[in-house]
Amino acid sequence: MAAEREPPPLGDGKQADFEELEDGEDLFTSTVSTLESSPSSPEPASLPAEDLSTNSNGPKPAEIILDDDREDLFAEATEEVSLDSPEREPILSPEPSPAITPITPTTLMAPRIESKSMSAPVIFDRSRDEIEEEANGDVFDIEIGVSDPEKVGDGMNAYMAYRVTTKTSLSMFNKNEFSVKRRFSDFLGLHSKLATKYLHVGYIVPPAPEKSIVGMTKVKVGKEDSSSTEFVEKRRAALERYLQRTVKHPTLLQDPDLRQFLESSELPRAVNTQALSGAGILRMVNKAADAVNKMTIKMNESDAWFEEKQQQFENLDQQLRKLHASVEALVCHRKELSANTAAFAKSAAMLGNSEDHTALSRALSQLAEVEEKIDQLHQEQAFADFYVFSELLSDYIRLIAAVKGVFDHRMKCWQKWDDAQITLQKKREAEAKMMLANKPDKIQQAKNEIREKERVKDFKTVIIKYLESLVQTQQQLIKYWEAFLPEAKAIA
Amino acid sequence: MEENPDPGEERQPCSVSVVLQGDGALQVEISDAVSERDKVKFTVHTKSCLPHFSQTEFSVVRQHEEFIWLHDAYTDNEDYAGIIIPPAPPKPDFEASREKLQRLGEGDSSVTREEFAKMKQELEGEYLAIFKKTVAMHEVFLQRLATHPTLRRDHNLYVFLEYGQDLSVRGKNKKELFGGFIRNIVKSADEALITGVSGLKEVDEFFEHERTFLLEYHTRIRDACLRADRVMRSHKCLAEDYIPISAALSSLGTQEVHQLKTSFLKLAELFERLRKLEGRVASDEDLKLSDMLHYYMRDAQAAKDLLYRRLRALVDYENANKALDKARMRNREVRAAETHQQLCCRRFEHLSDSAKHELMDFKARRGSAFRKNLIELAELELKHAKASTLLLRNTLIALKGEP
Repeated sequence: MAAEREPPPLGDGKQADFEELEDGEDLFTSTVSTLESSPSSPEPASLPAEDLSTNSNGPKPAEIILDDDREDLFAEATEEVSLDSPEREPILSPEPSPAITPITPTTLMAPRIESKSMSAPVIFDRSRDEIEEEANGDVFDIEIGVSDPEKVGDGMNAYMAYRVTTKTSLSMFNKNEFSVKRRFSDFLGLHSKLATKYLHVGYIVPPAPEKSIVGMTKVKVGKEDSSSTEFVEKRRAALERYLQRTVKHPTLLQDPDLRQFLESSELPRAVNTQALSGAGILRMVNKAADAVNKMTIKMNESDAWFEEKQQQFENLDQQLRKLHASVEALVCHRKELSANTAAFAKSAAMLGNSEDHTALSRALSQLAEVEEKIDQLHQEQAFADFYVFSELLSDYIRLIAAVKGVFDHRMKCWQKWDDAQITLQKKREAEAKMMLANKPDKIQQAKNEIREKERVKDFKTVIIKYLESLVQTQQQLIKYWEAFLPEAKAIA
Repeated sequence: MEENPDPGEERQPCSVSVVLQGDGALQVEISDAVSERDKVKFTVHTKSCLPHFSQTEFSVVRQHEEFIWLHDAYTDNEDYAGIIIPPAPPKPDFEASREKLQRLGEGDSSVTREEFAKMKQELEGEYLAIFKKTVAMHEVFLQRLATHPTLRRDHNLYVFLEYGQDLSVRGKNKKELFGGFIRNIVKSADEALITGVSGLKEVDEFFEHERTFLLEYHTRIRDACLRADRVMRSHKCLAEDYIPISAALSSLGTQEVHQLKTSFLKLAELFERLRKLEGRVASDEDLKLSDMLHYYMRDAQAAKDLLYRRLRALVDYENANKALDKARMRNREVRAAETHQQLCCRRFEHLSDSAKHELMDFKARRGSAFRKNLIELAELELKHAKASTLLLRNTLIALKGEP
């Protein structure tokens, strides 16, 4: 595919686009009229590329040009995602992989073209329905597990290899059950590829777990203490959740990169994910530039919906962070409680040993045993607290960061669009383009909403799981104390 | 800050020294208590038909120092050497609680008003609990004295119970404190010598056994005490952790616009209730386990003191024997030495008898107290665990039931 890499100079390139548009203008006037009633205002979200392409007679080449155009713009733009939390950079591959036209948008487009007379909201519903269908289809017929962390190699070149096992009945995979070995940078590489491809399209790509130089160094150096095993366990769980979230997303599931990640035994090393590589430094420079850029962009938020959503997400983010901090405190204290209970159990046992009164002695030893079991319980509960609840929260916080990233893109796009607009003020094509932008907006909204639905489901299942673990703990407690009671009564 | 627990209403049941077989001739209780600044004033109410008293029912107000005075009066009295003197009640200590309240008052901008109110409530509850505990400790002390056949006949006790005026027991001045300090050192040195390798032949197996037992027991129970305290504190921390979680969830709930809203609010409520339950678990553990262990630690110390006194008497007896032998050899002052020796012997034997009795009583008392408290602890833990399960199950049903 002869992709033109360099962005055509704004003036000329845009000219060409708008000529194509002229043809399709009529197509949209009907939809535009119904859209005018909608509250959303002009917004160059990232789908105009596809819109334009489907209008033109030669869809593929035009599409690709525009894709590249956008992609290049967004390659820098995506750096901004992590501005809120510097340690969480989505590391992008320097070159987006060959433009694989996202399948779903075209299916979205198809009904629109075919049914010209249908008003936008109805189309909009249908497209949502389609996505839902796919979601309810056999997407969830895929199970992914990440297990068996193994240390490969030695010294500073060592790394942890994880086994990724997939069980599925989907036809697009070669086998029903397979597993491969992957290392952490492979996961990051996958994420960066997906991000480049999809982030600008408006999807929220689940964020990958963050790098931790300290943690990894400890593991590399071979420090076999509880904190490094904990770290590995944490990472393993996070990677598993990351993959599970990614496959839940119907579009991402179709992606060949993801398939390759899950299936092929050998994967090209994603070198650019290394912290100290040339690409890494380039990223940091870009980040700094973007930070400055961000401060100077002053966008008039003319879309109330977006403004509201942004505010909502800000609040949500703050709340989640607070909640997360409190849950971490809870985990910490529960661990303390567990340790203290264990200590007490020991001293109760010793006391029982030295006790003169035989029945009392026996009862005290029983007490010691009960306390020991309770201590175990507390430990398990602490794990549940942590892995289920706390990590869920941190995942959500990161997701929000990703969502913010999408908003930031919007801002960036808007800036570019604004610049473009200034140069093209005279052209009425600009006006048409503004109208055009309405539709992608709706789609964005659809996606957001769907995302929220998933979020609701996701969050609920996790919370239910957590509460069930609490119930279990209490029941165990009941069992233990019930066993102890007769012993206590038996003290002569 | 004045706090009055209603007399008779929520009286803290005597959690420690159980089964007091009193014959009702002398009934003592602390009917009221007032906390002023750093002093606590106890109202000691006595009911008695004994002839020593001028009335059958009367009350006096006493402070902690006066209890200590009474305790010292007993321990210094040679007549009671063979008895385990009930341990003195610990000094009321509101320091920690007061500090926390102060810190809370100084304000922390990150806490919301509801959180603040809840934490304040928690701390006030804690203060009240400490207060009730100290009242109970003082009461138990008096009650043990009142029910002990020998100890209750002490003149000092009558003075303590009846004398309307302030006993003007000043806090020990420097000399006395120093003296007390020295005495303690001497005592422990003596103790070490005696309990160590002093060549002192312990003829009685019972006492030999008791000595080894008590020494070990005391160390271990002290250990268990410390650790039980830590468990209790962790539990409290855990309960307190639920406060910000609940607050965050409820603010999330008010913010959300759709399905998650009710879920969040329900969760917030759940955590609030769980907090209360956890708090109760912590305080029950405190009462039934920690307090009991503390009390029996002090009681074990008192028993050790008894043993020590007996050993001292034994030493005196042995010395008297040696003196008698020497006197007989020199054939001088034999009579005096003989009487002295007989005195020591009688004293020692009397002491040993009484000590034996006391120690066996201690064992029985210990057994029944532990029994009562452990049963109650288990029952309370069960109750709370069942309540938690119910609460969690209900919330789960509610959550699952929603679309």
